[in-house]
Amino acid sequence: MVWLLGFFLAPLLIIFVVSFGSNDATGHITLANPGLQNYVEATKPEFLPAFLNSVRYSLLTTVFSIGIGYPIAYWISRHGGRHKVLLLILVMLPFWTSYLIRTYAWMIILRDNGVANSILQAVGITDEPIPFLNTDFSVILGMTYGFLPFAILPLFVSIDRLDDALVQAGRDLYASGRGVFMHVVLPLTMPGIVAAAILTFIPAMGDYVTPDLLGGAQTSTIAKVVQVLFTSGRDWPYGSALGFMLMVITLAGTFLALRALRQETFG
Amino acid sequence: MTRGRNPLLTAFAILIYAFLFAPIVVLIIFSFNVSRRNFVWLGFTTDWYPKLFANGDLLDALWITVQVAAIAVIVSTVLGSFLGLALARNRFRGAGSAEVLILLPMVTPEIIMGISLLIFFTQLFDQNGSLGQIAIAHITFCISYVAIVVRARARGMDPHLEEAARDLGASSTGAFWHVTLPLIAPAVGAGAMLAFALSFDDLVITSFNAGVGSTTLPIYIYSSIKFGVTPQINAISTIIVAVVAIALLIGWRLGTFRSDEGRRIDDAEAEAAAA
Repeated sequence: MVWLLGFFLAPLLIIFVVSFGSNDATGHITLANPGLQNYVEATKPEFLPAFLNSVRYSLLTTVFSIGIGYPIAYWISRHGGRHKVLLLILVMLPFWTSYLIRTYAWMIILRDNGVANSILQAVGITDEPIPFLNTDFSVILGMTYGFLPFAILPLFVSIDRLDDALVQAGRDLYASGRGVFMHVVLPLTMPGIVAAAILTFIPAMGDYVTPDLLGGAQTSTIAKVVQVLFTSGRDWPYGSALGFMLMVITLAGTFLALRALRQETFG
Repeated sequence: MTRGRNPLLTAFAILIYAFLFAPIVVLIIFSFNVSRRNFVWLGFTTDWYPKLFANGDLLDALWITVQVAAIAVIVSTVLGSFLGLALARNRFRGAGSAEVLILLPMVTPEIIMGISLLIFFTQLFDQNGSLGQIAIAHITFCISYVAIVVRARARGMDPHLEEAARDLGASSTGAFWHVTLPLIAPAVGAGAMLAFALSFDDLVITSFNAGVGSTTLPIYIYSSIKFGVTPQINAISTIIVAVVAIALLIGWRLGTFRSDEGRRIDDAEAEAAAA
């Protein structure tokens, strides 16, 4: 507990404080003229695209992860039979291998003379290589791939916990298959969906590796800007301000998701 | 639920499993590629594997990663287990805020933790890039995971067992060693495994806190990817994938994986819903 206070909460407070500071002439952080200048700077229009990119990538990643993850979780739970555990482990296997390595694998597949284009050209779908890499497509694909297991696990838990009797009751009351799903299955698994959304949205917001490796130099996200400011940029106070804003957006997203869930559950 | 098979859903599931494994298969295939630039397939070779073991930088990075992971696993498992036990019993004041404090590192984007620890160490301790600093950073993000896994297990444990041991004359340390610890051992093991995986794989938090001479394997791989790749990266990745797959298989065979992993997610989800 003390450890977390000392090495987690205290550093967080420090970036909050530093975000009001500035660099002095020698490049050291100073709190001599504290103020909101970093935040004013951060809300300038030229940074809007980075913010929008972050939110857009994260939201789309979340939507795709749940859109793909829900049927898979459902399939494992309802059709997996005695292989359920093995099927889940197979989903987890990519998750336990380095995120970095997986992203790198996508680079091999998606580059202009990569695997995907070779196949497409061999089959004759296209003559010219399709530029997959360094596009929105590649970033969202990479993120969805990376965070899909985070979505599948909570979805699986909530679907697997679902009482068959309730579904059967819906059937007996002459609901159609679709009706049962919309009015029984979906509402009852909503906590799983929200958990999945949170577990994909948060890492997606903070991810700079995927936008960097699969998005190329032109793709800017807040996490990438923060990373540059802290490494080559060396403007820590400004980076802290952006980082703090990133955290606020993330927590706000989480909070909204939970509130939506509560309204869904309790009317 | 009607147990009727839905062929469309099954087809979709197979497609997604293919999607999950395609990159890993490609990665492994390309570790046997003759081409040095590794863009296109030029022919089969196993040369990259022996070269791996002659690459001093890479071996150094691997050694540092293992050292950091070992420290992180030991410290975070011990601290996290006690924290998890304490939370499961809920007997101390401020338990509610403690719960929140444990969840916070899990819902904070990694990059935020990375920069905050960087400023923390440079400003307060004039430290930058030591091995200890990385280890502390890793311990910090591992504790929560261990605590949550252990807490889930300890909650399912019958508190009377420990009382019974005490009634039979065991000292409190004796009851802990002979009753409590064996009962939560699978969760402690699962937590330690999770901590190892998190620490071994971490790039973001480490990259902000690493300095000269503390390049971990993920950082080494990242810079290789950015500045010209060689199939060596594929080769080391293949080895890592193989090790992970074997470990998972053993875990599955032992059966501990099943219950604890399930519980962990169960708990994280319940937690998220309750927060």
